[in-house]
Amino acid sequence: MHALNIQDLRKVYRNKVEAVKGISLQVEEGDFFALLGPNGAGKTTTIGIITSLVNKSSGKVNVFGYDLDEKVEMVKTCIGVVPQEINLNAFEKAKDILVNQAGYYGVTRKEAKKRADKYLELLQISEKANQISRNLSGGMKRRLMIARALMHEPRLLILDEPTAGVDIEIRRTMWAFLEELNQLGKTIILTTHYLEEAESLCRNIAIIDDGHIIENDSMKNVVKKLQREVFNLTFEAEVGDIPPFEGMIFQKNGSHDVSIEMPTKGNINSLITFLSQQGLQVNSMRPKRNRLEELFVKLLEDKKNHG
Amino acid sequence: MDKNIFQINLIGYKSLLRKEINRIFRIWIQTIIPPAITMTLYFVIFGSLIGSRIGAIDEYPYMTFIAPGLIMMSIITNSFGNVVSSFFSGKLQRHLEELLVSPMANITILLGYVSGGVIRGLSVASLVTIVALFFTNLTVAHPLITGLVIILISICFSLAGLINAVYANNFDDISIIPTFVLTPLTYLGGVFFSIEMLPGIWQTIARLNPMLYMINSFRYGMLGISDISITTGMTVIVTFTVTLFIIAYYLLKTGKGIRD
Repeated sequence: MHALNIQDLRKVYRNKVEAVKGISLQVEEGDFFALLGPNGAGKTTTIGIITSLVNKSSGKVNVFGYDLDEKVEMVKTCIGVVPQEINLNAFEKAKDILVNQAGYYGVTRKEAKKRADKYLELLQISEKANQISRNLSGGMKRRLMIARALMHEPRLLILDEPTAGVDIEIRRTMWAFLEELNQLGKTIILTTHYLEEAESLCRNIAIIDDGHIIENDSMKNVVKKLQREVFNLTFEAEVGDIPPFEGMIFQKNGSHDVSIEMPTKGNINSLITFLSQQGLQVNSMRPKRNRLEELFVKLLEDKKNHG
Repeated sequence: MDKNIFQINLIGYKSLLRKEINRIFRIWIQTIIPPAITMTLYFVIFGSLIGSRIGAIDEYPYMTFIAPGLIMMSIITNSFGNVVSSFFSGKLQRHLEELLVSPMANITILLGYVSGGVIRGLSVASLVTIVALFFTNLTVAHPLITGLVIILISICFSLAGLINAVYANNFDDISIIPTFVLTPLTYLGGVFFSIEMLPGIWQTIARLNPMLYMINSFRYGMLGISDISITTGMTVIVTFTVTLFIIAYYLLKTGKGIRD
């Protein structure tokens, strides 16, 4: 069964900006699905439409068999959403936020309190239960928003860049929590700027650019397309021209800095040996971690080449 | 299997109402006390100091004459103020989205906010009535009309507050209506005087002010005196309430100002 089935979805805002230009997308029940794209690509608008925060211009949205136009209440009941921007009531206590949210979905107060304690504990913020949300750190606010989205135990959890601005330790804790949720059967859709995040969590992926889906495949297949990677090297001494070596591309970034693009299965030892033979001593070597950007460039190039 | 939508809305309404009541009493220094202090000053200055020189109006001491108007003024400003500030802060901080993504019906969200406004209006009105009793004796000539007018007017101005909040984009936008519309119309609506005291043309102009009908209907309920007929007064109140309800519901349904 499709957890989410979108057909030819379009959104034109009042200022005539066409944010979504005919997106069709299916997400299977139980999937951990990544929705990637640069800023302004249409991800948040798409999520806004699914969660009823944005009115669509045309197209169909179906969630677990419920049509958004005909059974909007049922669609909403199936979905838990963690928005990109912090949208907590700054003056409400963490636990009250959770209990009230559950109430809006028809969960009794007694049950809501139990669930609030459970999710505060699972997301490691139970000691902040009686703090107003304004006093929580950025990471705690993010986790509270995840807890809030789970209070009515939705079948589909949508997270719009949930780890933006969160330090790596908390990010990894959140990843582990989301993986566990997915293993328990919850369908998760994640939008992110970090391909590494999507790569480590998601099984399937769609990439949106300029309101269109430019890629929709398994994560494995998409990552395969990234057959090259880039390293930034800093040398002890000033660098002159470097002769060609085993399909690697050298690009000078400064007097001591060079970027090297090489096949993902390229041999780093032979590269270092080669550079030593040229009299170049490497001081530091760092992988260039903007793989998402590379992927976009590649996909856009492919799209262009294939008309 | 479909969840019981009625059950969701009932629990949702209770949750929203509880949240609104908690908000009113969490910030009681802003919501409850200032109107009570302002009204006490009105009673002291206009009722006691100046009123003693004015004498009776319609056989009632001036202090007694202005008491219903002052109670009504506190209901109007507080019902309006509660909903406009609560709804607008939800819009501004975006936690209104908690409600918009939930399966609660628009009518339930509307009723939740309006009930909050009514509760604040009634809480402040009760306090102002207690204050009034320190200065004068109050009777209730027509309890049913008094109760009905209080409820309808607090609903009416709660709805007006929500409509204002929907259109508001900044804090200036939520202070324009109370400052430039509600306060002048209330003052000119017969809180402190009977329109019989106005010269001819001003009596006609005063009759165009809907507040006149609201304040006089309430004065009729409490004291049994009014510048207008109670039927006309109730018709104006019901018409305004129903019209604002339709507008507020339409705005929520279409998502004006709250959904893209």
